Amino acid sequence: MSTPMPIASSHGAAPAGPTGWRGLVADWSSDREAFAVSWGKAMMWIFLLSDTFIFSCFLTGYMTVRISSTVPWPNPSQVFALHIGGADIPLILIAIMTFVLISSSGTMAMAVNFAYRRARMPAAVLMLATAALGATFVGMQAFEWTKLINEGVRPWGNPMGAAQFGSSFFMITGFHGLHVSAGVIYLIVVAARVLRGRYERAGNYQIVEIAGLYWHFVDLVWVFIFALFYLW
Amino acid sequence: MAQQHPIGLYLKIWALLFVLSTLSYLVDYFHLQGYLRWGLIVSFMLMKAGLIVAVFMHMAWERLALICAILLPPGCLLVLVGLMALEADHTFITRLLFFR
Repeated sequence: MSTPMPIASSHGAAPAGPTGWRGLVADWSSDREAFAVSWGKAMMWIFLLSDTFIFSCFLTGYMTVRISSTVPWPNPSQVFALHIGGADIPLILIAIMTFVLISSSGTMAMAVNFAYRRARMPAAVLMLATAALGATFVGMQAFEWTKLINEGVRPWGNPMGAAQFGSSFFMITGFHGLHVSAGVIYLIVVAARVLRGRYERAGNYQIVEIAGLYWHFVDLVWVFIFALFYLW
Repeated sequence: MAQQHPIGLYLKIWALLFVLSTLSYLVDYFHLQGYLRWGLIVSFMLMKAGLIVAVFMHMAWERLALICAILLPPGCLLVLVGLMALEADHTFITRLLFFR
């Protein structure tokens, strides 16, 4: 108390440089990079992290209504069975959708590989193949929705059991389907730019890897939906 | 940092994902029940998720700073899941007591 501390001497020199808002920005960024990747890739990862939380909230909500329901939950194995060749095959459409999406992830990974080798044609073709598989997935999902709606499944109720089944199903698969649809458009846009040689001039094909990150994430979310919603 | 890896690696992971998906489908097909079912489903799910994130999304070759920034925060979700499971059990018991 009696000996006031000399200002800005014992704790190092006062930072020189901009003050005010510019100073705030300079202090927070400090011209340092936390992540040794391009900003586009870092931002895509952070976006995917936030998306992880959104999907997790949906799946947690689904878990909550399923545990707390006193009415039996409809058996997904039977609800999603298809009548093929005189027999009901359980979950067959969902299994095919899973294989289609995994295959699209495979073609996407190879597209990234070719893009970094500057092989424009194979990269673009593989990206368009990925988009086609994604569109196939959305098409099968539309078929599945139509089938369930015809069977009387609504967000507020269904003839098979717990009313919450419909709202969980439409919300979770709908939001995922929206992500796949957006991904198909994203891939087509990037593939068209690859074909036109836009990244050849800049010499930087990382956008293909960034688009790939988004696509693999969509596949990743489906892994969790497949296990927790359809198989549980 | 360009992520350049042999195509063969991607094909192997692709095949592995197919096998794991088939196995998890077979869990349902053969009507396994109880802890065996949940254990297998969750194991296959986590293995597939791990392969996709590590190899397809190249997380295995990124620096630890990025890995921690992206993979640690979802751990909070386990707390949410735990709390909501407790809450849902409580709601279930309350409904059995008062609404039947």
